[in-house]
Amino acid sequence: MKQILIRATGMLAAMSVVCGLAYTLLVTGIGQVFFPWQANGSILEIDGKTYGSQLLGQPFADEGHLWGRIMTVDTSSFTDEDGQPVMYAWASNKSPAGEEMEELVAQRVEALRASNPAMADQPIPVDLVTCSGSGLDPEISPAAAAYQVPRIAAARGISEEEVQKIIDQYTTGRFLGIFGEPRVNVLQVNLALDGILKEG
Amino acid sequence: MNALIQYALYLIILVALAIPLGSYIGKVMNNEPVFLSKILRPCEKGFYRILGIHEDEEMGWKKYAACSLAFFFISLFVLTLILKFQDLLPWNPQGMEGLSWHLAFNTASSFATNTNWQSYSGEVTLSNFSQAMGLTVQNFVSAGAGIAVLFALIRGFVRTKASAIGNFWVDLTRSVLYVMLPLSLVMSIALVGLGVPQSLGGNITVDLLEPLAVDAEGNVITGAEIDPEAGTVTLDGALVEDAQIITKQIVPLYPQASQVSPKQLGTNGGGILGNNSAHPLENPSPASNLLEMISLLLIPAALCFTFGRNIKDKRQGIAIFLAMFILLVIALGVIGASEQAGTPQLAQNGAVDIAAGEGNIGGNMEGKETRFGITTSSTWAAFTTAASNGSVNSMHDSYTPIGGMMTMLQMQLGEVIFGGVGCGLYGMIGFALLTVFIAGLMVGRTPEYLGKKIGPKEMRMAVLVCLATPIAILVGSGIATLLPSTIESLNNAGAHGFSEVLYAYSSAGGNNGSAFAGMNCNTPFLNCSLGLVMIFARLVPMVATLAIAGSMAQKKKVAASAGTLSTCNPMFVFLLILIVLIVGALSFFPALSLGPIAEFTQMIGIG
Repeated sequence: MKQILIRATGMLAAMSVVCGLAYTLLVTGIGQVFFPWQANGSILEIDGKTYGSQLLGQPFADEGHLWGRIMTVDTSSFTDEDGQPVMYAWASNKSPAGEEMEELVAQRVEALRASNPAMADQPIPVDLVTCSGSGLDPEISPAAAAYQVPRIAAARGISEEEVQKIIDQYTTGRFLGIFGEPRVNVLQVNLALDGILKEG
Repeated sequence: MNALIQYALYLIILVALAIPLGSYIGKVMNNEPVFLSKILRPCEKGFYRILGIHEDEEMGWKKYAACSLAFFFISLFVLTLILKFQDLLPWNPQGMEGLSWHLAFNTASSFATNTNWQSYSGEVTLSNFSQAMGLTVQNFVSAGAGIAVLFALIRGFVRTKASAIGNFWVDLTRSVLYVMLPLSLVMSIALVGLGVPQSLGGNITVDLLEPLAVDAEGNVITGAEIDPEAGTVTLDGALVEDAQIITKQIVPLYPQASQVSPKQLGTNGGGILGNNSAHPLENPSPASNLLEMISLLLIPAALCFTFGRNIKDKRQGIAIFLAMFILLVIALGVIGASEQAGTPQLAQNGAVDIAAGEGNIGGNMEGKETRFGITTSSTWAAFTTAASNGSVNSMHDSYTPIGGMMTMLQMQLGEVIFGGVGCGLYGMIGFALLTVFIAGLMVGRTPEYLGKKIGPKEMRMAVLVCLATPIAILVGSGIATLLPSTIESLNNAGAHGFSEVLYAYSSAGGNNGSAFAGMNCNTPFLNCSLGLVMIFARLVPMVATLAIAGSMAQKKKVAASAGTLSTCNPMFVFLLILIVLIVGALSFFPALSLGPIAEFTQMIGIG
């Protein structure tokens, strides 16, 4: 029995070196050399300033910006180097069949209709009134983006065609035309609307 | 139409890859040369030399079991210590503290049992060291141990009048070096290319495009006017006292990709980040999702073909595969339809568009990511609860009552619809023994499986394999619901709250690890009881399987006669499915009617 325990300990130690240390360092090395941008969080950096990660959603409330999924914002879990709170988000984990959800969605519908008067008689795409799985979904469906076009155009005093053109530019289709869903990257659209992200 | 094409292609790709991988794993088990042997064989021999393992030493089932148990308990002990004392260890750029003893125990049992239940969220709890040297290592070896035990069982069927069933150390080393490691390496690099971070530098903060105002309790103030220069927040013209302006967002960075791959391949499921593969930094696109989702079921499906190949009767492997596959397709169909239908609570009498259409996803999008929509999320949910993987790309707590019930039911059936790597198949073989026994009783013949007579001893063990999960789930959730403190952990009220408890114990008892994640399980009682449930549900079937392997190996083979019940025809597949469903339904129907079924009747307004 003693010999078996020694062998088990040795085996775990050897596996830790191979699968924990060597493997992790190898993947990190290859990742950092060949895909440095992706390996470090896909940060959008324009003219030396960082504007968030292309992969993480941000809260938007400005009438002239495209709005994303509902976020369950958390400002108490993380702080920056100066001890200031920074934002993160989580899923709601609410049942979609519960009364609580029914009330929440009703409030969201009311708020969206109030800020999008031009679309008041249109049904709202479901992704605009629901929280995502990560809480940080960076994207919305093309229908959810189209719903907001008149509001953004009016707030910015530009034509709806111009807004839609920018949205189309940051819309990605299904993978190989089949897998997943078409979607619009909210942060990129807003950076383009603000003139920070230039075409191309 | 696209949805149907996606469902079909996901299943076709899975099977197309599982068949060749199955034959590759079969060769690895028998130490036949494979295309990686040139590189890996010297490493493997080096391993044995350093550890003093004699490759040719054969073990009886008791020694094999003793080795696997010793390895399990050493892993549990070491991992608990790593987590408890991570603040004293290197590679902690996040500055994380050590875990509480109960959370450390729960997490260690969870990863050592191949469950990967998580009572915590990685990005607020764990250091790089804990993730890479603790959890990633267990992602490899707990999967390897499962495959090893399956190899031993296959040898039990193949060998005649033998006392030995292989060498645990050799089986473990080969499963990890030849199967898990090469696949993980290729997949990790592909995932980094697709956007999954791989960094040892720790979290970074980035600026928000629009600053955010929160009140003293941390709630977002909607409609507030923010003046970042002056640091003031006004709402409807009035200054808000104690408001805080948030200008930055955290980007959690870990060696993510290198853990995501073995977590998927080894049916582990424990993500680096709390929201697992729903998080864009763990699963950024439909392309990365395709890779992660197929790899989730790949090895468990491949092992069915390994089984057929190595017992030299491919039809037996195909029969077991079909029984699993049919159950999976049924579950997938129900989940997909239920999620796409959505709920009246979301539809708001037509104010919200929940119908799928051009550019509109529709359905129940609560807890689901835009890039995955309903189809890809439902497929993942079906795959991950069939395989005892437990990673998620959408939040199961926010599934419709019927969709959520199917995910739960797949776990409650004993994690034998593919199940965990190795353990799913040996669990299903337990059910196959039960099936031939019951069928044998009906026609009055001695039950046989693969040419071996099934005696009372094997039957007792097979029953242990089949009933360990239901016992663990029902006893665990039964005790938990009696305790008043459990109520405080719930995130939803009423029937859905009960579903959260039932799901937690189903997940632990099925060694799955997914969650109705709204429930806060990080309490001493829940951590300890769930930890014990996971250990019980892992070790009892494992030792019982090895006992079956040992006694099967000793038996001689009997020639098939006209009276032998065929175990590879459609009739047997049907009987096997029936037995799995009967055991599961009898055990869980009462509990399910109090949870998801009750919630469903309330939802449609008849409750």
